[in-house]
Amino acid sequence: MPNPKRRHSQKRTATRRAHDALKGRSLSECPNCHERKLPHRACPKCGYYKGREVLDIKEAS
Amino acid sequence: MRHKVAGYKLGRTTSHRRSFFRNAVTSLIMEERIETTVPKAKALRPVAEKMITLGKQGDLAARRQAASYLMTKESVVKLFDTIGPRFGDRQGGYLRIVRSGWRKGDGAEKAFIELLGSEQVQEEKKQKRAEARAKRAAETKKAMEEAEAQQQAAKASEGGESKDE
Repeated sequence: MPNPKRRHSQKRTATRRAHDALKGRSLSECPNCHERKLPHRACPKCGYYKGREVLDIKEAS
Repeated sequence: MRHKVAGYKLGRTTSHRRSFFRNAVTSLIMEERIETTVPKAKALRPVAEKMITLGKQGDLAARRQAASYLMTKESVVKLFDTIGPRFGDRQGGYLRIVRSGWRKGDGAEKAFIELLGSEQVQEEKKQKRAEARAKRAAETKKAMEEAEAQQQAAKASEGGESKDE
């Protein structure tokens, strides 16, 4: 069976992984409450989407 | 070529899928807004729009066609008497799908699908829910107060007994 001839250096591993970083979700700003929210979805904070479209959001009690 | 336009299967057999669509469209007509997963809402849209088109035609043949698909008589009546006329001047696009977050158990993305112009109905429903909630809260409060009063009464009688000894 073929086997690796030489040990990989740490640098080689790190260099390979240089392009593996994850990117954050791109978020948009809710025009109603100015929280950051996912685009094209009702705002989980205030329940608004496109001006109204209210989800029932419980007030903190 | 109409490749890749087969629609949604939703992991169901044909009969299961048909039942689901019939149930869901009936509910949608009765409730004006229903909450499901995004794929189900998207799969539901063409089915529901075809029903509304039948409701707009309004003749006996259309009525029978709708009745053979929808699950309840009331939904047929509502479709033809209120929903059909409501969309008289609109060429399709009767529904709105809004993504509304993720389900806790399995992380599925949820959305609600609603008939356009159902805002007033939604407001009324919201009002009703709030009233029911207030009523429940009042009842719970009352029950709790009663329980507390009983407990105190029990304590008082206990105290009296220990004094007797």
